[in-house]
Amino acid sequence: MTLNVGCSAPPGKATDNKTGSWRVFKPVFDLEKCKKCGICILICPESSIHENDDYPEVDYDYCKGCGLCANECPADAIKMVLEEK
Amino acid sequence: MMQIMEGSHAISEIVKLCRPDLISAYPITPQTHIVERLAEIVADGDLDADYLTVDSEFSALSACVGASAAGSRVYSATSSQGLILMSEVCFNASGMRLPIVMSIANRALGAPLSIWNDQQDSISMRDSGWFQLYAEDVQEMADLHILAYRAAEDHDVLLPAFVCFDGFILSHTYEPVDIPTQEETDAFLPPFRPYQRLDANNPISMGMYATPDYYHEFRYEMDQAMIRAGESLKKYGAEFAEYFGRDYSSPVESYRMDDADIAIVALGSICGTIKDAIDEMRESGQKVGLAKIRTFRPFPRDEIISALNGVSEVAVLEKNISFGSAMKGAVGLEIKEALDNKGIPVFSFVAGLGGRDLRKKDIKNIAGLARDGKGDIFYGLREELL
Amino acid sequence: MAEKTCELMDCGHRACGGCGPAIAAKLILKGTGENAIVVASTGCMEVFSTPYPETAWKVPWIHSLFENASAVASGIESSLRRQGRDEKVVCICGDGATFDIGMICISGAFERGHDFTYICYDNEAYMNTGIQRSGATPYDASTTTSPAGKRSFGNSRPKKDMPQILAAHGAPYVATASIAYPNDLVKKVEKAVNTEGPCYLQVHTPCCTGWGFDGSKTMEIGKMAIESGLWVNFEMENGDISKAKKVKRKPVDDYLKMQKRFAHLFKPAINSEEIAKIQTIADTNAMEYGIDL
Repeated sequence: MTLNVGCSAPPGKATDNKTGSWRVFKPVFDLEKCKKCGICILICPESSIHENDDYPEVDYDYCKGCGLCANECPADAIKMVLEEK
Repeated sequence: MMQIMEGSHAISEIVKLCRPDLISAYPITPQTHIVERLAEIVADGDLDADYLTVDSEFSALSACVGASAAGSRVYSATSSQGLILMSEVCFNASGMRLPIVMSIANRALGAPLSIWNDQQDSISMRDSGWFQLYAEDVQEMADLHILAYRAAEDHDVLLPAFVCFDGFILSHTYEPVDIPTQEETDAFLPPFRPYQRLDANNPISMGMYATPDYYHEFRYEMDQAMIRAGESLKKYGAEFAEYFGRDYSSPVESYRMDDADIAIVALGSICGTIKDAIDEMRESGQKVGLAKIRTFRPFPRDEIISALNGVSEVAVLEKNISFGSAMKGAVGLEIKEALDNKGIPVFSFVAGLGGRDLRKKDIKNIAGLARDGKGDIFYGLREELL
Repeated sequence: MAEKTCELMDCGHRACGGCGPAIAAKLILKGTGENAIVVASTGCMEVFSTPYPETAWKVPWIHSLFENASAVASGIESSLRRQGRDEKVVCICGDGATFDIGMICISGAFERGHDFTYICYDNEAYMNTGIQRSGATPYDASTTTSPAGKRSFGNSRPKKDMPQILAAHGAPYVATASIAYPNDLVKKVEKAVNTEGPCYLQVHTPCCTGWGFDGSKTMEIGKMAIESGLWVNFEMENGDISKAKKVKRKPVDDYLKMQKRFAHLFKPAINSEEIAKIQTIADTNAMEYGIDL
């Protein structure tokens, strides 16, 4: 892969870096409690929670397990669980 | 069209012809006349460009970085303290491979404060990745700006350029100069075509950071670009002759070097005085010649070796000092390296610092000192002060 | 896998888990839209998002130096105008780059009246270099260069009032926001980029690593900062305060207690005198901006 002039690059390679490997705790979603408020999707610092038919869906390849979604969920629908590796 | 013009104003006219989109500069003696005239030119609508009266030289070059990255041809000018203040941006601009052209009205660096000429400012920036051109007279000052844009914007080069000329001596002197027409300039210098640019239709990130896995190779690529800059300058310098009748195909200009025993090497306006001194020395039987360096970066090693072939001594007239270095002057070190295995002694003469006048007699004295093997000194010290 | 929500900030960046600035980056881009050019300063956000060749930015982005984002933006804005292009020019810079080293360039850019938006993500210290004190560091916060010790309570200076400084430059729109109120932040970004002239937005971005709290609490800490009165969300239009978020204020202790950078005010003993000084800062803010419900 030859260098780009001036240390520049188009987007696309950041996703090579699977930050999900950083995780210690993993968010587990109880969709029955979910009120579809969208807060978790909005605030995830990794952009790793996506909308699937109004419900949240986590891309565990990138979720760092920070726990923000669980802490902010007004329906208490997300639990942080120690990940079995 | 031949006109008699102040050097600074000749640059203003030439820059106008080069059609920059952005002029971004901060006042500093002795460059200020350039940007003042350009401001008038823009205010009268004779050049359609944005003119930024920025808050410092640092901001001046930073604005050039932004505009160049967004796809515009840009221009700035500075001297001395201003150049060193913006030195961080200089390294940044070359690393980002932006073809910015900047005039440097060579001026001494403080402390002590001095507004007068020497070449410490641009010589101190020789490692910055900008290619450097030095003008002997107002005509060269003008021509080298057009040449610099052409070479810088070449997609095989993409490096910024300093066009250097001695402050006051050239900037504030009236000389006859042939200013080309807009059509002639446009024929030689096409519109700016950026290699890459900031564009929402094709987003890229510019100025990312490089880890040890990549940085080394980025610097190598820049070095290769600098080598290609030398080649481009020769190529476009030869084309310049075809378009404008003045030949810049060589980074080194030889004057009466064919049978010279002693060679003087110098940069900039002092070369005019040296040529006159050489003519006089020749009349009295001394075989002296001049190798004038027009392109200092990339250093024209091959051309220097060829120009200095067969001489007995080389006297390098240095309007700079590299404190603590082996030879005092920065140029002499590179000349000495080039002649390394030729057995020709090379001597540095630090002279003319801070605007100290140099006359024909001084040139003759320097040639004499070199002949006597006395070099690597400060020439012309006022002993009564020491 | 569902159709990915189109975010202009890609996954895979290297911010700490729970990073405030990472949330800000994503929300800011929601406000700017994709027709934007981002100018970054050296700092956490630049470093975590652009290690060559991985860039998380899906909009055009440029980083030059630490202190010159506003000067670079000035040049970009000029260039775009001359090319007849309408991308929004947005600086996104940390507090160190904004309050300290970048002052000359910002002042010049605002004084010249360029049409751009300058967004400062304020995590209240030089975080990327390891948590050093900046002009934005609040009173008594402990940082590595203003540590609490036997003879020190931490940073001894109040926070520099950048919003007022830039309002005094004639900025048509100046506002503060917080990632704790994400929709408000997005709206303010939209307003700033669509207001002609130089606009300034200072966004509170709590830093779990630098302030000493768990990454899951970033939003909570941001809300508590506002409830304490130590951070005020307000808007200024043409130099006059037009809006400020009203709160039912809580004592500053609740906010300070949550962060290791203020731990020295509570252990080994509660330093009532210093806490009272911080309370005064909050009370003064409350009066100045009229935030008490």
